[in-house]
Amino acid sequence: MIEVQNLTKNYGPVTAIRDVTFNVAPGEIVGFLGPNGAGKSTTMRILACFMPASGGTARVAGFDVFRESMEVRRRIGYLPESVPLYGDMRVAPYLDFVAEVKGVPRSARKKRVAEVMDRCLIADVQNRLIRNLSKGYRQRVGLAQAIVSDPHVLILDEPTIGLDPRQIAEIRSLIKSLGGEHTVILSTHILPEVSMLCSGVVIINRGGIVAQGPIDRLVEQFFPTARVEVEIVAPPAVVRESMQGIPGVVRVEGLTLTDGAGRFVVESARGRDVRGEIFQLAAQQKWRLLELRQVGMTLEEVFIRIVAGEESEGAAPAASAREAGVEEAAR
Amino acid sequence: MRIWPIYKKELRLYFTSPVAYVILTIFLLIAGYFFFSIFSFFTRASMQAAMNPQMGRDLNVTDAVLRPLFANVSVILLLLMPLVTMRLFAEERRSGTIELLLTYPVRDGAVLAGKYLAALTMYGVMVAGTLAYPAMLVSFARVEWGPLLTGYLGLLLMGAMFLAVGLFASSLTENQVVAAIVTFGVLLMFWIIGWTAEFAGGPLGAVLTHLSILDHNDTFAKGVLDTKDIIYYVNFTVLALFLALRSLEARRWSG
Repeated sequence: MIEVQNLTKNYGPVTAIRDVTFNVAPGEIVGFLGPNGAGKSTTMRILACFMPASGGTARVAGFDVFRESMEVRRRIGYLPESVPLYGDMRVAPYLDFVAEVKGVPRSARKKRVAEVMDRCLIADVQNRLIRNLSKGYRQRVGLAQAIVSDPHVLILDEPTIGLDPRQIAEIRSLIKSLGGEHTVILSTHILPEVSMLCSGVVIINRGGIVAQGPIDRLVEQFFPTARVEVEIVAPPAVVRESMQGIPGVVRVEGLTLTDGAGRFVVESARGRDVRGEIFQLAAQQKWRLLELRQVGMTLEEVFIRIVAGEESEGAAPAASAREAGVEEAAR
Repeated sequence: MRIWPIYKKELRLYFTSPVAYVILTIFLLIAGYFFFSIFSFFTRASMQAAMNPQMGRDLNVTDAVLRPLFANVSVILLLLMPLVTMRLFAEERRSGTIELLLTYPVRDGAVLAGKYLAALTMYGVMVAGTLAYPAMLVSFARVEWGPLLTGYLGLLLMGAMFLAVGLFASSLTENQVVAAIVTFGVLLMFWIIGWTAEFAGGPLGAVLTHLSILDHNDTFAKGVLDTKDIIYYVNFTVLALFLALRSLEARRWSG
C-alpha cells in the first residue's frame, strides 16, 4: 500500500532524510518511530503530497506521490502534527467542507459526517467554534477530517500528542479500530503506544531508517537471549558460578552485589526457561530465593539500544550504524 | 474542479469573523460621507446656478457628482482592498491549514479560483452597498444612466484587479500585515506611476501613462468605454492571478 524507495529530502544544505526505504502492507498499522528531528514529519509530508522529495520515489495505493499526486490525494487521510484547523468554523460545517472537497457525494455527505463525528466522539461539540475547543477535541476533529472520506491510507503524525491519559486511550482504540480496512502509518515517540497499536514498526534516526519489521522480530533481533532476574541471599561469587553451570545459560550479570546477597540477570538462549533450574539450585543449596522473574524485553529497550548505539558512533552514517546493530545482535 | 466548496468556505470565513462587517461598515461610512459632501456641494452650486443661469450651463450630475464620487471611492478601495485579500493565503500559511488544504484532492487552480471568487463576492457586496447613493440621486436630479453603468463597470474591473494583486501578495507570505502592505505598495505605485510620464516624455512616457491605474480609472466614470482600459484591467488581473498560481505551485516543485 505504501512503497518508499530511497527517499531523500534536502532543505537547502540540510539533509532531512536520506535513502529512506520501507513498505507497508494493506490493512497494516505501522508505527513510525524516531527521536525528535529524525525526519518523521518530513517523510509523512512527502507521502501526503504536501512537498516533493529531492530524490527517490514513494508510491501510495499504487500511485506515485509526485507524478500522480491527485490520485494519491483522493485516497489518503492526513493529520499533520500541528493539527491545523479553521478556528473560525464550527465543527460540523468544517467536516462537511472537508467531505465536499474530498469528493464525498452530496447525498452521502450528511450521513457520513454524522457517522464520523460519532466515531470520533465529537458529536457533542458539533456546533461549537473549533477555536474554542480543547486540545483533545481539536485532535479528534483533526482525526475526523482525515477519515471523513473513508480513505484507503491514513497518515497520522503524532495523533496522541498533548492529550490526557483518558483521551489517549480513546484515540488509540479509535485508531486500532481503523486497522484492517485502512492502512495506517502513524508517527509517535510514545513507545508503548506502538506496541499496543501497531503490527510493525519503522525506526528512523538522523534521517535514515535504522530498523524495521514486526515488533517481536525486532526484539528478537536486538535481544537474542531470554532474561531472568534473580535475587538470592548467598555469597554472590558462589551463586554466579553455580548458575553459570545450568545448561543453556549464556551469561550471568551481577546487578547489586553485597557480601551475603546478590541480584543477577541470567541470560539464556531464547525459548529456554531456566527459572525451574534456578529454583531447584537454590533449594538444593538452601539459599533463600527472594525474587525470580522473567524480564520481557520491550520495544522501548530496542529503540534505546538502536538510538543510543547510533549516538555513541558520533556522526557515522545510518548504514554503518545498522550494521553495527546487527553485529551487536549477533554477538 | 472543486471550486465551489472552497468558495463557500471562504465566504463563510469572511462573514463569520468580524472582518467583513468592519470593512463593509467603514467603507460605506466613508463612501457615504464623500457622497454627502459632494452632493451638498452640488446642491449649493445648482442653487447659485438657478440665480445665474450663465454659471449652470455645464452643470450636470455625471460630472459634478458621480465622477468625483467614483474617484473618491477608488481611493478608499486603494486603502481597504489590501485588507480584504490579506487573509486568504497568509492566514492558511500561518495556521498551517494550507498543509491540509493542499493535500486534499483539489487543484491549486481551484483553490485559487475559489478564494478569488469569494473575495470578488465580498467586493460585490461592498459595491452593492454604494448603489444607495445613485438611488437617492435619482429622486433629486436627472441621472445619466450610461455613465453610471460604465462607472460601476470600471469600479468592478478595478476592484477585480486590486483583489488579484492582493491574492498574489497573500500567497507570498504567512504574515497578513506584510501581505496588506505589499498589496498597498504595489497598487499605490501603479496608481501614481503616470506622474512622471510628463517628464519622461516620448515612448517611455506613453508606457508609464498606460501603466497608471489612475489614467484608466477616470474614463469609465466619464461614460467612455475604451477597450484599452478594459484590457488593461483584465491583463493586470490575469497576470496577478497567474503569478499567485505559480507561487502556490512553487512549493510542489522546490525539491
